[in-house]
Amino acid sequence: MPGSEWLKNRPRLLEAVYAASKSALRLLHPLLKRVAPAGWRERVFVWSEEVSKGYLFNCQMCGQCILHSTGMTCPMNCPKNLRNGPCGGVRQNGHCEVIPEMPCVWVQAWRRDALMGRYGGEVRVLQPPVNRELQNSSAWLNLLDGVDVERPPGWSTIELEEIESG
Amino acid sequence: MVHSDPISTDNEGEQRDSESRLQQVLLGGHFAVTAELNAPDSADPKDVYANAQALGDVCDGINATDGSGANCHMSSVACCALMAKAGYEPVLQVSCRDRNRIAIQGDLLGAAALGVHNVLCLTGDDVSAGDQPQSRRVFDFDALHLLRTAAIMRDRGVFLSGRKLTTPPRFFLGAAANPFVPPQDLRHLRLAKKIEAGAEFIQTQYCYDVPIFEAFMRRVRDMGLHERVHILVGVGPLRSERAAEFMRSRVPGVHIPDAVVERLAKTPRKQKREEGIRICVEIIEQVRQIEGVQGVHIMAYRQEEAVPEIVERAGITRRVAMKEERPATTKSGLKD
Repeated sequence: MPGSEWLKNRPRLLEAVYAASKSALRLLHPLLKRVAPAGWRERVFVWSEEVSKGYLFNCQMCGQCILHSTGMTCPMNCPKNLRNGPCGGVRQNGHCEVIPEMPCVWVQAWRRDALMGRYGGEVRVLQPPVNRELQNSSAWLNLLDGVDVERPPGWSTIELEEIESG
Repeated sequence: MVHSDPISTDNEGEQRDSESRLQQVLLGGHFAVTAELNAPDSADPKDVYANAQALGDVCDGINATDGSGANCHMSSVACCALMAKAGYEPVLQVSCRDRNRIAIQGDLLGAAALGVHNVLCLTGDDVSAGDQPQSRRVFDFDALHLLRTAAIMRDRGVFLSGRKLTTPPRFFLGAAANPFVPPQDLRHLRLAKKIEAGAEFIQTQYCYDVPIFEAFMRRVRDMGLHERVHILVGVGPLRSERAAEFMRSRVPGVHIPDAVVERLAKTPRKQKREEGIRICVEIIEQVRQIEGVQGVHIMAYRQEEAVPEIVERAGITRRVAMKEERPATTKSGLKD
């Protein structure tokens, strides 16, 4: 789509927009919860995310957005759905093993991550498995409600320990 | 490594006391040899034994592929169970392509119960690489989720859901690395992530380009990763320049420099096989000199019979001590 590639290659701008949106929504969220019913909130957010993130990132509505940890490049566009890519099948021209005409989203993610300021380096963080129950729900609301950081209990046993041991 | 900290585990103490002979060889500082078993298109166990026989005497571990190249063959769990029963040391390859997290965790338990102690955790080639591209691709997990889940089952004694295991599996956990494809300058960082997720050994993709591998190993050493994981370099004999062309164009992630293909093309037809083996031996000799390399993983597709020759010609000596550490393999013909 016109302009979206131009924007995708400006991860610094996108991360600034992300950070600003997060702050604004965190402020607005309590008010929003008081004035708008849950079903309405979900519908409006899902619709606006489909439009905006769909245009910008070809968002697949996984409902647990980690764009800022992946160079503002949507990992769900990877045909293998990797959350910790790239896989070993990347072609010599940097394109996808499955879709030869598409640049590997994970190669792009690592390159763009290196250009980012605030969240740069987060691509090295080990991402947990995708919670498929959140598919097609609003990632913003899941973030505001803390749903997107919930982990399978077994996974948490190790993550908690890492935090404790620094 | 995160998982070597024995905190609040029921099976602590037991945990480091691995049953994996491959791990014992590597911890003993020996140069390890593993090889890939071509899983048969057959329901007859004899076909597994026949393929394993050539490898068993010269290898510290035999990998059973999990639908390699997205082609269907006998399952890796079954191949490994048969090999374990026959006294070989199997390495279970698990790919995330065909099974979701429920099936994978079940298979891990089953394999452990059947005597499998080594697991190689892979994302897997896409279904489009195989002969049934109409299949649904699963990829519920990626390789790192699989690694960590196996580590959680082993070290915490629970499923990913937190539900308790009566007896946890005891695994030596491995992962793949492919230093030969983009982004080459960042591949060591993904290796670091795999170590964080629980990888204890690494088997790399086919190495036909030693300079690229050397550059990768320099970065690995700069981060000290070679001290946290055992690295085995993937190698394999090429039958001809046609086989090389096929592999580099059709098998995902395989990089073969033009020089290698040309060398085979220039070789007279009857000597091509021999030349392929010679190239393989040369590469083993070169990568052995690289600091941080602890073994080789020989993938001789439909050429299992060449593996003993490759090991011998590369001058990899089999220590007497190692024979004694492998009491179950009471086969004759071990080379010293």
